[in-house]
This record gives sequence, structure tokens and C-alpha cells, in this order.
Amino acid sequence: MQRNPYLPLPMKLVKNFTETEDKLIHTFTFQFLSEEDEKSFPYMPGQFAEVCVFGKGEAPFGIASSPTEPGFLKFSVAKVGLVSTALHMMEEGTIVGVRGPLGNYYPLEQLKGKNIVIIGGGFAFTTLRSMITYILKPEHRGDYGKLTVIYGARNPGLLLYKEELEEWNGRSDIDLVCTIDRPVEGWTGRVGFVPTVTKEVAPSSENSVAIICGPPVMIKFTMPELEACGFKPDQIIMSLENRMKCGIGMCGRCNVGNRYVCKDGPVFTKAELNQLPNEY
Amino acid sequence: MIIAKNALPGLLDKLAAEYEVYAPVKQGAYSLYKQICNGAEADFGYVNSKIPPKGILFPQSEKLYSYSVTGEGTSLEECVDTRKKVIFGIRPCDAKSLLLMDNVFNNDKFQDPYYLTRRSNTILVGMACNDPAGTCFCTSMDGGPFDQSGLDLLLTDIGEAYVVEAVSQKGKDLAAALALGAADDSQKAAAAEARESAEVACAVNTVGLKARLDVNFYDPIWEKFHEKCLGCAACTYSCPTCHCFDIVDEAKDCNGCRVRNWDSCMFPLFTLHGSGHNPRTSGKERMRQRIMHKFKYFVDNFNATACVGCGRCIKNCPVNLDVREVLADIRGSEARSDK
Repeated sequence: MQRNPYLPLPMKLVKNFTETEDKLIHTFTFQFLSEEDEKSFPYMPGQFAEVCVFGKGEAPFGIASSPTEPGFLKFSVAKVGLVSTALHMMEEGTIVGVRGPLGNYYPLEQLKGKNIVIIGGGFAFTTLRSMITYILKPEHRGDYGKLTVIYGARNPGLLLYKEELEEWNGRSDIDLVCTIDRPVEGWTGRVGFVPTVTKEVAPSSENSVAIICGPPVMIKFTMPELEACGFKPDQIIMSLENRMKCGIGMCGRCNVGNRYVCKDGPVFTKAELNQLPNEY
Repeated sequence: MIIAKNALPGLLDKLAAEYEVYAPVKQGAYSLYKQICNGAEADFGYVNSKIPPKGILFPQSEKLYSYSVTGEGTSLEECVDTRKKVIFGIRPCDAKSLLLMDNVFNNDKFQDPYYLTRRSNTILVGMACNDPAGTCFCTSMDGGPFDQSGLDLLLTDIGEAYVVEAVSQKGKDLAAALALGAADDSQKAAAAEARESAEVACAVNTVGLKARLDVNFYDPIWEKFHEKCLGCAACTYSCPTCHCFDIVDEAKDCNGCRVRNWDSCMFPLFTLHGSGHNPRTSGKERMRQRIMHKFKYFVDNFNATACVGCGRCIKNCPVNLDVREVLADIRGSEARSDK
């Protein structure tokens, strides 16, 4: 029998960083305790893990770091419940458990040679960060075509990974468009909701794939804009979220139709989702 | 082979020396599968247990591992149960339910060591149903009162004795270890007669049911089934194929254990997101999920219906919701036909 999928790997919290101005999102950096542990956790962008706070419980979060960044895992977590609140209050140096990697990942092999349009909103930018970091790695960058990123937040203080956004802004191998909902003094970038900005940017659908992650209302209104640009359902990739416990397709709560988000997802194409009920 | 009824308690005692033996035990007005210490505790005057024996392999509450975190590190201790077990007197429907459950706990990507270890260490001694209950509809769900699927041995009550058939190698080995005597021709004939005369009175027509469910997710028919449902989950807790669970921590400071407990798709919290969003907001969505999971999604994934027709959900429902009528309604047919 394979190793017990319920047992977490112990990891050390080395950084508890307040990511957003409203302080509701922290980014946690966990370090593997040994090389052997790290080898037992081979992951790809788009996968998630169950993070366990001993004494409180465990909860699933998308992995924000990229496999191209060895030694640690990163998660950006909003403070909403028991486990996330305990994480927010956690002192650096504390041991947590991490169970995974879980779920499928962005289809990096199939995306080779294609232009990639990444659209994110709010704090659903975590596995998208992993994806962008992976593609921008010099040994991977040549495998993919044009990389366009549209990222929106309510205000500049709520954008994640500000230092990296700045770095990406100065590069020529990525087109980054950041936008905020309403004008703010000192903000020189775009203003407008993600769907509107998508319309303005008008990414070409030719030999392209769009990856879209964000709040349901953003997805609802961005979809028609992508369709207007010529994107077909099999050219649109989404990552779903549902309440989860086991993460391995057994506890029965995260299904959408006959597919489990934890085991068969979280990454689905729009074409696949069109075959399933809209129960997510 | 044959077991005389007056020899059964002694035989169970013998088994209990080597195995954890689970058998039907009278508990007030109903029967439950309990671990017995001596053969006299078992009472085979039962139709079926109120709660299915699935809990022997998948306990209602079970510790997955314990942990302690100190300054120096973390220690985890797995709690996998490796004790050998016999479930004596399991009904054919419940044995079949375990075959269905195997698909879940041994899926295309992951294996659940807790369930699977117990499963491989458990021998199933079945008891054929000479006299099925009025709520039984196993023959409509690809089973039957003498069905041998999943069993190791099958016993048939012929009055003074049980005629024993070995179904699997495990069953043959157990029968050999117990040195069971051979049944004579008249005993075999009596067992055959019991099989002939056992009648499951209720039939549920399932022809076309899956095809309907494939297309009726948005059908207004779902508006009505849940109207009287209280959302108490008696149906899912007493279902031998329901496997949903929750995982929680029971701990003091950083020392404790991770525990899994049965959960149910009939509870609103089951799918509630941290954000407050809930994909299954009302009883309508939850009832639809329960029916769809058993009669469509499970069929899509494993080519079998996740219902064995044991009738417990019908018997235990406090508001008399009857899955047979729900299925008939979905098919657009008259309610079930009783012979």
C-alpha cells in the first residue's frame, strides 16, 4: 500500500508576512525539515495542500510557490476560520503539518508553444503566481509564447506580491496589467474592473490559452469578454474551490457532478465544466 | 456443510478466541452488530440491524493518528487497526455494500489504509434472508436475499441448523479450520427450498432511471422531494453505502489526535465555504445530491448503483420519505409495484 495519505509532513514556519494593507491576508513560508521530506513532495503549479495547525485542524490552500523555488512552500491565506486564524497568529519557528501535494495542475505540457493569458482577481492569485514564476524561469520561458497577465484588486493595498509585480513590470518577457476598482491618489496604473480591462487589452485567442481565477462575479463577467476575443471553451482553464476535508476523493463533499474538485480538479477547462452541473 | 443451531454458540466462542467476532445482538426493540465475547450474546432472530455493519470497517468515529508537538519536533503515531475480524450473520445486501465502498476507499489515485487494512483482515459470514422485510428491494438493485457477492461463507437457516456454502477461498479456509461437517441431502434440499420461497415483495423499476438523471439536474421535479425532509441525516447514517466523513482535531494545546467522524450531505454545513458561499444552499440541492450521488455519479464513476435496497433509509426516516417513490417519480412512472 502507498504511504498513508492522511499523515502530514512536518514543516517549519520561517516567515509570517502580512501581505495586504487590510492585514487579512498573510503569506506563510514553510521550510522542509529535510531533503528527504522535500523529495517526497514533488508538486506543480495549480496544486494545493492541506495545511495543518496541530491542535486546531487542517484546511486546503493553493500552493503559491513554484517548484522552481526549492526548499520551501508558500501559501497566501485569508483569515476566515479556525485554522486560518491560528495560522495568522502563529509565531515564526512553529512546526505545522502539510499534506499533499493534492489535486491536478495547470496542463504545462499541453501549453507548450502557446501564448498564455492569465487573469486573476482579488486574492485568488496564489496558484497563478506559482504558474507565472514557473513560466518565467529561464529554462522554461522558451517553451511558451507570449505571457499576458491581467490582475485586479479593489485597491492597490490589496494586491498580493507587490515586489514581484514591480519586478515583472520591468521585464519584457511578460505583459503585466494591474488594475484597481476605483481611482486612488498615487496610483498611476489602470482603473476598472477585470472584465472591462480584459476587453481593453483584448488578448488574441490565436494559439492561446486563458487561465482565469477569481471571485465568481469576476469570472461571470470576464467569460463573455474572452468569448468575444474568440476563446473557445477548451481554451479557457479555471481552478475551482469547494469545501474539502480529505483532499483525496473520499470524504464526499467537494464534488461537482461526478467529479471531485480535490482529486479530479481543481483545474478544469471550461469545456469540462460545461459538461457538469453548475454546483460550485 | 452444516452447523447445528445448538452448536453455534460454542462455534462462536471458538472463533472469538482468534478473531474479533461481530454478530447481531438485541438492543431493545432492534438489532445491532456488536463485538461479542461469547456466542450466547448473538441473537439471530433478526431481519436486519438498525444501523449497517459498515461501522466495523469504517467506524462512526475513529482516530487516524495522534500527535505531540514539542520544541524539538513533532511525533505522529498512526492508529491503523490490524486485528482480525469476523462479521457473523451479515446480510447479503450489506456484504454487497462493502464491495461498493471498496471503490471509494481504493480509488484511482489514493488508498485509505484504515478501511483497507480492516477490510483485508475481515471475514464475512453471510446469513441468507429467508424472510425479507417489506421495505427490502434488493432484487431491484442487482442483489438478492441469497446473493453471494462479497461474502466468504453463506449460511441458510433450515430450522434446526444452518446449511453453509463456501463462497471464497477465505471462507473455505475458515470452514476447514472449524471442521464443519457435511450437509446431508435432505438438509441441502431444505436450503434449496428456502431459497426458492424467499420473496422480496417490493420491486422498483429502474429501467431508464440513469438516463433521466443524466439530463434532469435542472428539472423542477427537485423542488418537491425535500419539502418534508427535516435534514436529520438518518437516511445517510443508516445507509450501508454512504461514506461521507468529516475530519476534526481533538486536542489539548499541541497534543491530540486527528479524528474522522461520519458526516452527511444532508447537513448545510457539509459544503459551506469559509467565505459564506454554499453551493448547496437548501434541502433541494442536498436531496438532489443524495439521489444523484447514488444513482448517477456513482454509476458514472464505478458502473454500479450506490444503493443495495436494504430499506433502512425508508424505515428510519422520521417523516416517511421513501426513496422508492422518489425513484419512481423521477422515472415518471407509477410508484413502485408491490407483488
